[in-house]
Amino acid sequence: MPPVVEAIDLHRTYRTTTGTFRRRSLEVEAVRGVSFAIEEGELFGLLGPNGAGKTTTIKMLITLLIPTSGQARVLGRDVVEDARWVRERIGYVFGGDRGLYERLSALDNLRYFAELYGVEPGRQRARIGELLELVGLQGREKERVEGYSRGMRQRLHIARGLLHDPPVIFLDEPTIGVDPVGARELRKTIFGLKEAGKTVLLTTHYMFEADALCDRIAVVTRGKIVAEGTPRDLKDQVSDGVVVEIEVYGIENGKVESLRGIDGVTSVAVEDRDQAQVVVVQAEVGREPTHDVLARLDGVSLGRVTTREPTLEDAYVALVTEEPVAADG
Amino acid sequence: MAEGEPAAERTRSSRRVARVLGRGFALHLKMMMRSSFDGLLGVLWPLFFATIAFLMFRAGAGGESLVFASFGAAVMGIWSSTSTSAGSAMQRERWHGTLELLVSAPVHFATVLLPVTVAMSAMGLYSMVATLLISRFAFGVDLPFEHPVAFGFAVVATVVSIGAMGFLLAVSFVRYRTAWALGNLLEYPVWLIAGFLVPLTLLPGWVRPISWLLAPTWGVDAIRDAASGSSAWPEIALALGLGAVYLTIGIAVLETVLASARRAGSLALA
Repeated sequence: MPPVVEAIDLHRTYRTTTGTFRRRSLEVEAVRGVSFAIEEGELFGLLGPNGAGKTTTIKMLITLLIPTSGQARVLGRDVVEDARWVRERIGYVFGGDRGLYERLSALDNLRYFAELYGVEPGRQRARIGELLELVGLQGREKERVEGYSRGMRQRLHIARGLLHDPPVIFLDEPTIGVDPVGARELRKTIFGLKEAGKTVLLTTHYMFEADALCDRIAVVTRGKIVAEGTPRDLKDQVSDGVVVEIEVYGIENGKVESLRGIDGVTSVAVEDRDQAQVVVVQAEVGREPTHDVLARLDGVSLGRVTTREPTLEDAYVALVTEEPVAADG
Repeated sequence: MAEGEPAAERTRSSRRVARVLGRGFALHLKMMMRSSFDGLLGVLWPLFFATIAFLMFRAGAGGESLVFASFGAAVMGIWSSTSTSAGSAMQRERWHGTLELLVSAPVHFATVLLPVTVAMSAMGLYSMVATLLISRFAFGVDLPFEHPVAFGFAVVATVVSIGAMGFLLAVSFVRYRTAWALGNLLEYPVWLIAGFLVPLTLLPGWVRPISWLLAPTWGVDAIRDAASGSSAWPEIALALGLGAVYLTIGIAVLETVLASARRAGSLALA
């Protein structure tokens, strides 16, 4: 049986301009050879930082962007050649405040999209009722969307994306900006979709979310997939090794770069925490980089230094902060 | 049975198109009626148009000219509402983040776009009625309504054909983010070229072929003829015919325009 969603060496380049008077045309490669396949009933996660190319990839799969090269298929059909056929069978939900008619009620929004997605007139009322119940908006459906909280809007988005009961659903950062309790509710709804047999592609930049929900994860950074597998596979990649965290107060980029040159160091990242920054250094198993790291940070005002075992979060950070290889340009 | 299936499918498909058009029209009209900015314009425009017409023509010939100008000013509201709002409507869909959702819906995009522009010209209808009332009661212009039925048809033909013209404009707004400026740019020249305030006979000869290609020219002619007692049916037919031509061209180029927007990635950019 062919995969339900298939990306084959997808590339997408955008043209943009710089300058005001002396304009220069630039080409930005947002996606650079992304390939993956999602099987029926699978919840697949595209995980990566902002600007990694997740949304661009999803927009090619849902027919909104034409790939610069490569091919994408949904339920065996090409998304460029058979765009209309594909659109009838997919649902698309994105995160954030936008994508709704604010001056209208949730009911007005859902009725309009039910019409656009060809929900039979006799079935519309019941279907909208079911979905309002599923996302917990029953009783609030006649209120204008402009008065909704971010979490309510997001739930309305999900209801809209499911109106025509599509077998394949694309969720683009659905929990972004939603408070922790709301996000947990949304994750429960997303898990429910998988249990109902839907094939789901979820993009997120929250590691724990991908870990909790996804059967498989592809980590995307700078337009490329840098790792793919089950959450367990990704954890195994970093189960050995050591992480050193050093609290610093004001560190120059040059110093951070110099840490990457230490033998056995696999990744270096800097995180802001309150007044200080924390330099997180990961090293291979059997290495103890603390001494070398501190030597290279000579002259920098230091705070607490701790050593610990790596977590899944570290695996993710290591993957997305690795320096691009020269061939990638 | 086998022969009946395509026919049944066609009927189902036509019903679906009609429902999408109807629901879209109602939704956009509702949204515009809830906008306080659009509401304010709705109050100001008729006042503005009726005053211009009255002041211009009172100083001149008066009498029949005032009637001529009052009907012209009334149609100006429909045209201004459509030309300036058609572009901003697409821009608004971009800001709302709904444009991508509409484009990715499994219906022909024309059925999404057309109700938006027709709803706008229908909003202009309010401006038309208000302009006529202001002309009549504030400025005392004695407006004739000799053929009320033809007058009604002429108004509907004008609204629909201007809506179709707005549709043609909106097609370009889907692809080019800055095209809304084109709508604003066209607002005033069409006032002149379509003969809203000045008879076409006063315009240079080379302008006339352009006027003939504009549906509002025939729409306003039809309204004046029906009001004054002449036959308005040829002009009504011409306005509707031109509206149909605009629609055909718009639908024909829409898929190409959308493919270009999907290649350029311009649907999501605000």
